[in-house]
Amino acid sequence: MHSEMAGIEIRDLHLSFGSTNVLTGVNLTIEPGEFFAFLGPSGSGKSTLLRSIAGFGPRPQGEIRIGGRPVADLPPWKRDVGMVFQSYALWPHMSVRENVAFGLRERKVASAEIRRRVDEALELVGLAHLADRMPNQLSGGQQQRIALARTVVIAPKVLLLDEPLSNLDASLRVQMRRELLALQRKLGLTTIFVTHDQEEANTTADRMAVLDGGVIQQVGTPQQLYDTPVNLFVAQFLGTANILEGTVEADPGGARFRTRTGDTLSLPSSAGRTGTRMVLRPQNITLRREAGANALSGQILHREFLGSQIRYLVQAGGAEIVVDQSHSAGQDWFEPGTAVHLSANTDSAVLL
Amino acid sequence: MSHRPATGTGRQTLADRLPAFLFPRLSPIALTGVFIAIFLIGFLIFPVLQVIHVAFQNPATGALTLQNFGDFFATALFRESFVNSFYVSAMSVVVATVIALPLAYITTRFNFGGSALIQSLGFIPLIMPPFVGAVAMQLIFGRNGTINLLLRQHLGFTIPFMEGLNGVILVQSIHYFPFILINLSASLRNIDRSMEEAAQNLGAHGLRLFRRVVFPLATPGYVAGAALVFIKVFDDLGTPLLLNVNNMLAPQAYLRITSVGISDPMGYVISVILVAFSILSLWASFLVMRGKDYATVQKGGGGLAKRDLAPREKVLAYGVVLFILAVVLSPHIGLFLLSIGTIWSFAPLPDGYTLANYARMWEASQDYVVNTILYAGLAATLDVLIGTAIAYIVLRTGIAGRKWLDYLATAALAVPGVVLGIGYLRTFQDVNVPFLDKPLASWWVIIALALTIRRLPYALRACMAALQQVSLALEEAAESLGATKLRSIRKIVVPLMTGGILAGFVTSFATAAVELSATIMLVSSDRDSPLAYGIYLFMQTPSGRGAGAALGMLAVVIVALGTVLSQIIIERDKKLRTAGREH
Repeated sequence: MHSEMAGIEIRDLHLSFGSTNVLTGVNLTIEPGEFFAFLGPSGSGKSTLLRSIAGFGPRPQGEIRIGGRPVADLPPWKRDVGMVFQSYALWPHMSVRENVAFGLRERKVASAEIRRRVDEALELVGLAHLADRMPNQLSGGQQQRIALARTVVIAPKVLLLDEPLSNLDASLRVQMRRELLALQRKLGLTTIFVTHDQEEANTTADRMAVLDGGVIQQVGTPQQLYDTPVNLFVAQFLGTANILEGTVEADPGGARFRTRTGDTLSLPSSAGRTGTRMVLRPQNITLRREAGANALSGQILHREFLGSQIRYLVQAGGAEIVVDQSHSAGQDWFEPGTAVHLSANTDSAVLL
Repeated sequence: MSHRPATGTGRQTLADRLPAFLFPRLSPIALTGVFIAIFLIGFLIFPVLQVIHVAFQNPATGALTLQNFGDFFATALFRESFVNSFYVSAMSVVVATVIALPLAYITTRFNFGGSALIQSLGFIPLIMPPFVGAVAMQLIFGRNGTINLLLRQHLGFTIPFMEGLNGVILVQSIHYFPFILINLSASLRNIDRSMEEAAQNLGAHGLRLFRRVVFPLATPGYVAGAALVFIKVFDDLGTPLLLNVNNMLAPQAYLRITSVGISDPMGYVISVILVAFSILSLWASFLVMRGKDYATVQKGGGGLAKRDLAPREKVLAYGVVLFILAVVLSPHIGLFLLSIGTIWSFAPLPDGYTLANYARMWEASQDYVVNTILYAGLAATLDVLIGTAIAYIVLRTGIAGRKWLDYLATAALAVPGVVLGIGYLRTFQDVNVPFLDKPLASWWVIIALALTIRRLPYALRACMAALQQVSLALEEAAESLGATKLRSIRKIVVPLMTGGILAGFVTSFATAAVELSATIMLVSSDRDSPLAYGIYLFMQTPSGRGAGAALGMLAVVIVALGTVLSQIIIERDKKLRTAGREH
């Protein structure tokens, strides 16, 4: 089941359906053995990009190489790419064993060998005891594992997962994503995982690409993307982001950011800060009753109790700002209408 | 009923004073159900049981016996008829598959301009009663028909398309292939694209992909269609009769009853065999389909991925489609030519053209047309009334045994027209109609009742589908605002079902108008004859064929209009519904 690790190179890929561009100028390099995620809202082109790699849909312009071999002109059945479908796509007229054996049969593998490898694949996903069941006798999680076994049994060069967890319920989803990651590490398969769920991408991917409108917005590790988004879309798609509009001005101590309402926040001395928007994460803002230096004044609009945190919506700096305060018993709350002061940790703020 | 008048007032109805066992307290809905059950038992179950009973009865002594079946299989003609019926049905399935499979595949797999053509082509054969087409097919494919005359003249050989059983097979498969086409296409469209892509992803493509994944997933639809074709052909009386092929089961039953007499047991034995085979093939198709709900289309998924045809493939596809279209339309073209031809014999085309046939048909056929409108109208009205009531009782009430109403009505599917006809003759021969002093079996109303029973399963499905579209909440809303059960049915449920009911009415009417197999047994005088029987009478003499064809054209027009009308109603209804949902 072990195959050589193969990287994927995508050069200047364009695809349009009629007059709508679904993919525009996609350039991407995925390293051998990497667990890579395509993250984006629906309609962002992430699934289309994945399907292009597998060879489904119209042929895009541009180049796709898998392990150095150009594949864009090959039909799906000659690409040696394993894909797990969102709906699992287990064939209902075949037993689990027949489903898993399908790809090996197409490859004319000897039947003793097929048997051995199917058993091995089913063992790998922990469902060897279900080999003779029909797919409609399996739970969603089991179907998912069988679909995975059916794909990895052919030892593909890369593994493509199209929203593999979206049909599972919440608790199973967390468990399956850990299993997926463990399996990927064990097999060392170059893997692409398509999802619209940032938590899934953050917890599994080595690196990921955020897509919007058929364009790759940013590529990097989950942490890089969260901490240093290159644009508003990435900032707002990954976690909650407060956007303050204003200008950077010179300051005796370095630089400061002046909001539209005239409040200022001093910026750390790190040089070269320019931009008209400041991105602040909710957990990097603190609320106080008393005024202080380097703080915005505002008023509480709304309050939500989330358990470990209290989320406030605060009118300040010309925007409605989300502030998360950690909660512990006995701590007092700010009532809506209260005047407050927001001090921000501008070390972590990003200027765009 | 929750709205019974309070008993405290002291006013008692007659029903209240009678003992409960004489007048059990039934809601009006339950009472309707009981009446329908009595009707179905009286006009479907009892006559069929009567037929079965007679088949196992010694005609002289009345004792139960298997002797009749022994006699049946001891007679060479009957053994031959049995084998022929089986052979013709099986071969019709094969030929119908050969026609339907490429059409279904082309429409569902490719972006093909001819797809709309094929979809409508699928309905064209069904708008013509098969026995009407049979005569026209003789003129085109027969020994001295257009094709064979041309073949003999230019190539020096002929092909026996219409010789004996071949003729029945050809006519039946051309008529019934749409059942396979429609069911198979629906099944193919229900396969999710990912099913196919998963197979391609793992290395399968082309014919192997079709054989291992696509076709197996479509088998439920194919089997449903094929079983239907088998039953229809096995039971059909009109086509073999018109083609003068008498060594098959249904014609034998008809001939025995009409020539030897109502007491001859052979007709009954054949009836039992026909019913048994109908049930057997329905059961077999049920077994094959059990646990195989292969509809795999996901939310938002659109069935198999369609691809464009290469220019050469396109030419080939159009060639196949046009060839099949020509064959399928040949009965219609032949019938039309026959109806406007003067003399058409030993010639590729009629000698001359005239409208005289239509004039003659019109003079002679006004009774037929009036009778047809009366019978089919009555049957279709009863069908939708009963269908709506059964649908409501089955889907919306908890009345005990309600499912049995559905089963009873649907059981008519397994009863061939000939069998129902024989059952009616036997059962209602001795039942006199009050005031008319003649047996019910020879009163015209019995024809309408036979048509009602024969068309009920289809009307019932239409009504069920219509009711399933009406959300229960709409009815509950009316009841919570103070409407009684019956009023909310009348004011809310039925109006919302109208589209579906109307479509059911039109289909029942159109198909009842051209039904021959039960009618032919029950028509007791020419004055009571409907259109289908009129065509049959005309076609018996060579000189009557022109007028018969003209009457046939009228039948085709009636069914075609009915089909188009019911499609329009269904479409309009669908639009209304989606428009309503957008608000």
